[in-house]
Amino acid sequence: MTESKRKKQIQLSHGGGGKEMNKLIKELFFKAFDNPILKSEEDAARLELKGPTAFTTDSFTVAPLFFAGGDIGKLAIAGTVNDLAMMAARPEYLSCSFIIEEGFELDKLKTIVHSMASEMEKSGAKIVCGDTKVVPKGCADGIFINTSGVGEILQDGISIKNIQAGDAIIVSRDIGRHGAAILMAREGLTLESDLTSDCATLWPIVDELINAQIPLHAMRDATRGGISAVLNEWAVGSDVEITVDEAKLPVADEVKGLCELYGFEPLDLANEGTFVIALPQEYANKAVELIKLHQTAHSGFIGEQAAIIGTVATERAGKVILKTPWGSSRYLDLPQGELLPRIC
Amino acid sequence: MCLSIPSKIVELHPEETSITVDTMGVKRKVSCHLIDEPLALDDYVLIHIGFAMNKIDKADALETLELYKEIAQKMEPES
Amino acid sequence: MLELKQLYQGFRDPTTIANLSKQIAQQAAKVDGDIRIMEVCGGHTHTIMKYGLNQLLPDNIDFIHGPGCPVCIMPKERIDHAIAMASQDNVILVTLGDMIRVPGSKGTLAQCRADGRDIRPIYDPLDTIKIAQDNPDKTVVFFAIGFETSTPMTAVLIEQAEKLAINNLYFHINHVLVPPAIDAVMADPKVKVNAFIGPSHVSVIQGSEIYRPAVDKYGTPVVVSGFEPVDVMESILRITTQKAANVAELDNQYSRAVTPEGNLAAKAIIDKYLCIRPEFRWRGLGPIPNSALMLREAFSHRDAELHFASILPTEEIEDHKACQCGDILRGLCKPKDCKVFGRGCSPESPMGSCMVSSEGACNAYYRYGGIND
Repeated sequence: MTESKRKKQIQLSHGGGGKEMNKLIKELFFKAFDNPILKSEEDAARLELKGPTAFTTDSFTVAPLFFAGGDIGKLAIAGTVNDLAMMAARPEYLSCSFIIEEGFELDKLKTIVHSMASEMEKSGAKIVCGDTKVVPKGCADGIFINTSGVGEILQDGISIKNIQAGDAIIVSRDIGRHGAAILMAREGLTLESDLTSDCATLWPIVDELINAQIPLHAMRDATRGGISAVLNEWAVGSDVEITVDEAKLPVADEVKGLCELYGFEPLDLANEGTFVIALPQEYANKAVELIKLHQTAHSGFIGEQAAIIGTVATERAGKVILKTPWGSSRYLDLPQGELLPRIC
Repeated sequence: MCLSIPSKIVELHPEETSITVDTMGVKRKVSCHLIDEPLALDDYVLIHIGFAMNKIDKADALETLELYKEIAQKMEPES
Repeated sequence: MLELKQLYQGFRDPTTIANLSKQIAQQAAKVDGDIRIMEVCGGHTHTIMKYGLNQLLPDNIDFIHGPGCPVCIMPKERIDHAIAMASQDNVILVTLGDMIRVPGSKGTLAQCRADGRDIRPIYDPLDTIKIAQDNPDKTVVFFAIGFETSTPMTAVLIEQAEKLAINNLYFHINHVLVPPAIDAVMADPKVKVNAFIGPSHVSVIQGSEIYRPAVDKYGTPVVVSGFEPVDVMESILRITTQKAANVAELDNQYSRAVTPEGNLAAKAIIDKYLCIRPEFRWRGLGPIPNSALMLREAFSHRDAELHFASILPTEEIEDHKACQCGDILRGLCKPKDCKVFGRGCSPESPMGSCMVSSEGACNAYYRYGGIND
């Protein structure tokens, strides 16, 4: 292959602190993430924060890096922004740190960076500091991204400890899409479908709920471990019983199909733009209406399947109960172990 | 035992002894090494670990479902 | 015209289930004594627990969860075999997903993989061909597990390996058979089982007739049943109706997929490559004669048990004495009667076969049970 036809790659020198690294930072990162704090190039970003502030961090590794409905860049922004949003905090400042494997295609990095930039527009968050490391081939799987974020808390009291008997449980859209989309894209399962990940920035819809003065008791985006994990954490955290009506859970056909094929449960699959809310029963319908009507074009969040899926009581505190459409019920447990296809 | 689910045949690949099946919008190629009888588009097959195990008897399934409906109608006046 | 959706929704319909539940109650009222149904198959255990079907039945119908989960019944020494082979340099061990979480005497295949060994959980056995072709310098072992349902797929894989002359592919065969396991359960004079729900995916391959000897020998009804909740409820109704009429017959509820003789092409290919193993030790039930398969002699050049004979451990490993899986599998006691249930023994660190996977009785009770207590 001639040098000119060779795809440009990230080399160890891109993380070496010299000329190549400078070029990468200035021509790619600064251009895409453009803001005065970042460009001031100080050792640390200088921030003006006011009032109670939420602070969160998350590292992103995903195989494949590009999947239907998103890529690792979109995920790295939406993930941290959503963690802030779940505390009713307006996402303000983010840090971003790349660990890149030697030989990673520069074009792929560009795509990832641009998808990060466009995802930030949805919440108004800004990357104000960052770091880039390049590790020798084989020491990382393509690219790892860490983002941290801070934001001002606009509504106090939202907590996993604040769920009360009589609350309603709402899910913001159909569940399990991200986990299903990633599994479908994995090598070895060789599946095809039109399913896309739910990966989306949730701040605009959360902002709307706060503006509508809905008294939110708890919110959580149902990432790894899915809805099952969130509800179990809540039941223990607030020492309450949560009952879920299985018939009311919104699930896309393709997610159902994948679950049938491999013996998974939609409730256990990861989401990246789906959240669960606990709030007083009397506000539940209003919240669902707001989520359903939310203008999707801007944020990418699609809430038309939002539904009230359950209720909170005190009897079997710490437990989540699934009521089947057949009149029976069972405990809904935390998902366990690696997600592997079942044969029986 | 063993998870196995009905799917619909949407493509035939006789040259590689395989078919593409659709399970609620999820498509996958599966082997049909274990099926002797002729397969056609829109047939339903049971899938287990990447293989079609057999053809589902549509008439039989319809008849069963019809029977459940009749039972439901008969039982309704009682309840 | 039958829509695919009907095959799911029609057999999960709440009204149909409610109706069947009523009919079962009517029939069961005519029966003196208890109906103790063994659902042999782990898939049925899963359906019963997941859909809470036991809550829809009268008090005199009880389930005994049988030994029909291929990973649960795998004795620890066979898992130790897998780990011993995978721990050799230049070996790739391929197996179906469920297997890698199950602990042998020295940990699980997942832990072995974390130690840097090349262990690949797959969904489709035929993927092994590509793995072997892509790694001509490695020895690839297919660790074959499963009941009659999963056996013909292994046979096809052997056939492909032979046809394509893939000489670096070996087989460690752990395919087991349902009818001998039923015999082993019924051999105990104290056993309480008096009806069977027959695993129907086994019968998709082997036909419904394979259970006729059990009906004749033990005088118990056997109903071959599908896996949807309506299928299971209808099968319970058919068993209860037989009990009410005091008859014991072989019946096939899953007639949309099961014929009396099964899939002849699948049976032929199994027979070409595999034959009966004189004895196999089942975790929880002990050694059962003629209860498993092995490679035919003509294909011994692919037998991993011969190829790796010098490094495979031969010691049989018993479960802890306190573990009562054997009694649970025979219906002599319930998971909660076991002293170690939920104490020393849990899904995270199973001491016996029934706790190993979500199809095992103890595991299912641990996760879903207790809701009505």
